[in-house]
Amino acid sequence: MFYREAGDFSTTYPQDSQTFPIRFDRYRYYAVLAVAVVIMPFVMNDYLVNAIFLPFLIYAIAAIGLNILTGYCGQVSLGTGGFMAVGAYACYKLMTAFPDINIFFHVLLAGGITAAVGTAFGLPSLRIKGFYLAVATLAAQFFLVWLFNKVAWFYNYSASGQINAPERTVFGVAVTGPNTEAWATYLFCLVFTVLLALIARNLTRGSIGREWMAIRDMDIAAEIIGVNPLRAKLTAFAVSSFFVGISGALFFAVYLGAVEVGEVFNIQKSFIVLFMIIIGGLGSIFGSFAGAAFLVVLPVVLKLVGVDLLGWPTDIVAHFNLVVVGLLIIVFLIAEPHGLAQLWRVAKEKLRLWPFPH
Amino acid sequence: MKKLGIAVVAAVMAAGPVMADLVFPSLSYRTGPYAAGGIPFADGYADYFTLLNERDGGIGGVAARVLECETGYNTEKGVECYESTKGEGALVYQPLSTGITYQLIPKATADDIPIHSMGYGRTSAANGTVFSHVFNYPGNYWNGASGAINYLLETNNGDLSGKKIALVYHNSAYGKEPIRTLEELQKKHGYEFLPLAVDHPGQEQKSQWLQIRRERPDFVLMWGWGVMNQVAVQEAANIRYPMENFIGIWWSGSENDVLPAGEAANGYKALTFHGVGSDFPVFADIQKHVVDTGKAAGAGDQIGTVLYNRGLYAAMLAAEAAKKAQSIHGVAEITPAMMRDGMEALEITPALQEELGIPGFGPNFSVSCENHGGPGLVGVTQWDASAKTWSLISDFKPTDTEVIGALIEEDSTAYASENNIALSCQ
Repeated sequence: MFYREAGDFSTTYPQDSQTFPIRFDRYRYYAVLAVAVVIMPFVMNDYLVNAIFLPFLIYAIAAIGLNILTGYCGQVSLGTGGFMAVGAYACYKLMTAFPDINIFFHVLLAGGITAAVGTAFGLPSLRIKGFYLAVATLAAQFFLVWLFNKVAWFYNYSASGQINAPERTVFGVAVTGPNTEAWATYLFCLVFTVLLALIARNLTRGSIGREWMAIRDMDIAAEIIGVNPLRAKLTAFAVSSFFVGISGALFFAVYLGAVEVGEVFNIQKSFIVLFMIIIGGLGSIFGSFAGAAFLVVLPVVLKLVGVDLLGWPTDIVAHFNLVVVGLLIIVFLIAEPHGLAQLWRVAKEKLRLWPFPH
Repeated sequence: MKKLGIAVVAAVMAAGPVMADLVFPSLSYRTGPYAAGGIPFADGYADYFTLLNERDGGIGGVAARVLECETGYNTEKGVECYESTKGEGALVYQPLSTGITYQLIPKATADDIPIHSMGYGRTSAANGTVFSHVFNYPGNYWNGASGAINYLLETNNGDLSGKKIALVYHNSAYGKEPIRTLEELQKKHGYEFLPLAVDHPGQEQKSQWLQIRRERPDFVLMWGWGVMNQVAVQEAANIRYPMENFIGIWWSGSENDVLPAGEAANGYKALTFHGVGSDFPVFADIQKHVVDTGKAAGAGDQIGTVLYNRGLYAAMLAAEAAKKAQSIHGVAEITPAMMRDGMEALEITPALQEELGIPGFGPNFSVSCENHGGPGLVGVTQWDASAKTWSLISDFKPTDTEVIGALIEEDSTAYASENNIALSCQ
């Protein structure tokens, strides 16, 4: 009834090929964006921003990045944590070396540096596939964490090996450091998330995205029809790492403010981002958002209900959280391998036919 | 579902700022690889405030409320816990994690809430002119490093030249803390220094102990936490390293760390800055008011262990600082800013320790605006595997303040200039 293309005519090619061809869908998207940009900054407080929105936005970028590599191009990666660390340390070195340049460019450059590192670690993907590639990226994870712990240059020779984000401003408003306002950090991350999601969406709909998907579906067939596997795989690694690097930079500079590589960017981080795209949906931008929201919000909700409402001991709730996440992953893998995104797709199909399904 | 939603909203509303009690958040960790250390500390911390509420009717007539939040020793969860508890009027944060402390130092300072990182955290926070809201009395890691070297000097006729000292450390901000001090002391005393890093969580230490077996250091120091400690003690036993030459920092010296190795752990030593055992009058009160009334935190099986005592001591110092703050400002319901003033004016005297039921438990000290670090007196304890007890074998003694003071000055001024901090207390 609401959600259908009837009466919605495209008269030009750009209209026909837009991201949301159905009018209702398009308005819903604009509405979400308007709420996020216009209304949310006014209701933001320290708790909301630090417990929910910053991690959600930043993990969403990381999940989109991994989804490009794993969901669209079919290359399994367990090195996400390591690549996030590259982004964080690159951002830190840039922030301290060039304090006069705007933090916005530092974050972008950190993404660029991560893209270069990611491409280098993507080279083995030209020879090996599947589990073996997963092991190669796992090596990247451990190597990068070891490197940032071992070489003191990366943390400016500080005694503790920690990196701390100094205060940096955008248009005179602090976005890193201790004296930030909740709305400023939120908007700063939101800008990155929206821009990167737009880029990812359009990349995956264009020729490069089709190359990635061709490689994912059957690499030999793709090569026969003229897809260059070297180009496709390495661009997937580069774009994916760019996204992951930016998320790492934001994670360090805006969200945490102080980072210790072995604790923050360890293998757990790689897994949690992987879980996000599995639960959210492989090969879907919406799925990346859904998965990130799910895994960020779920522990907070469980804690609110378990500890604050029911008064359970904190350790029981923490263990319960692990059980629930594990259970959900199993359930999703069995019942809905395409994740939350597929549920959303099915819901939309149903809406299209409703209320006359025949 | 709707009911649940309403209930959640109601809970959030109810959890809003109610200033009727003194809130002491406990960022605890009862899960994960560091739970063995986190549980007894959190129990001791909670039990002391329960005791105050039951026996004395709170602090200065106002009930104390412990707000527990599970961090799992994870900095992200630590941030979430901080944000969710600070709105409730949290008076002082004791995160029991060096990583989370580093995270909270700038945030809490900006929010005007004090942090007490007792024997952990950022060592140079002892300089109160730079770190206005961070306290690490009564001792810090560099006192610990120097205390260990002093003890070794004492047992080796004042001469360590030519000796080889290895440091097995948790490869994190926490474990790296003593390295600089040990390097400085190396110049002074002429021993050979061999740092060996163990990665989180510390279950895998075969290669480090193989290296110890090959290099044969005369003494091994350890900066470990959680599961790493027990593994290290077990590995040391496996290579038959003499336990009396193996000294852990105070975070590597609890019952959990030595019990798994059984008899082989006999003679293992650890540093401490407070007394051991349950032979103090306060424990009778805890038994009467907390345990017998069924209000003990957790499983109630940790009372009298090393880390329980430390949690108890941390709570005690916090409660005394709160009392001080109440007397300075003349109000019972103090704010975090008043609490900070109370911590800065804290004075622990023998008479006060007697009154609290812990005679001779900890050092006597007073905090000042410049010195947030206390005296840094370090004692040594030793494990007796057959009696299953720790005993104090070296009394609380001063450390090399000359070397440590210079390092604190250097590190804290570097922090001040990096972050444009105006020095206070002038």
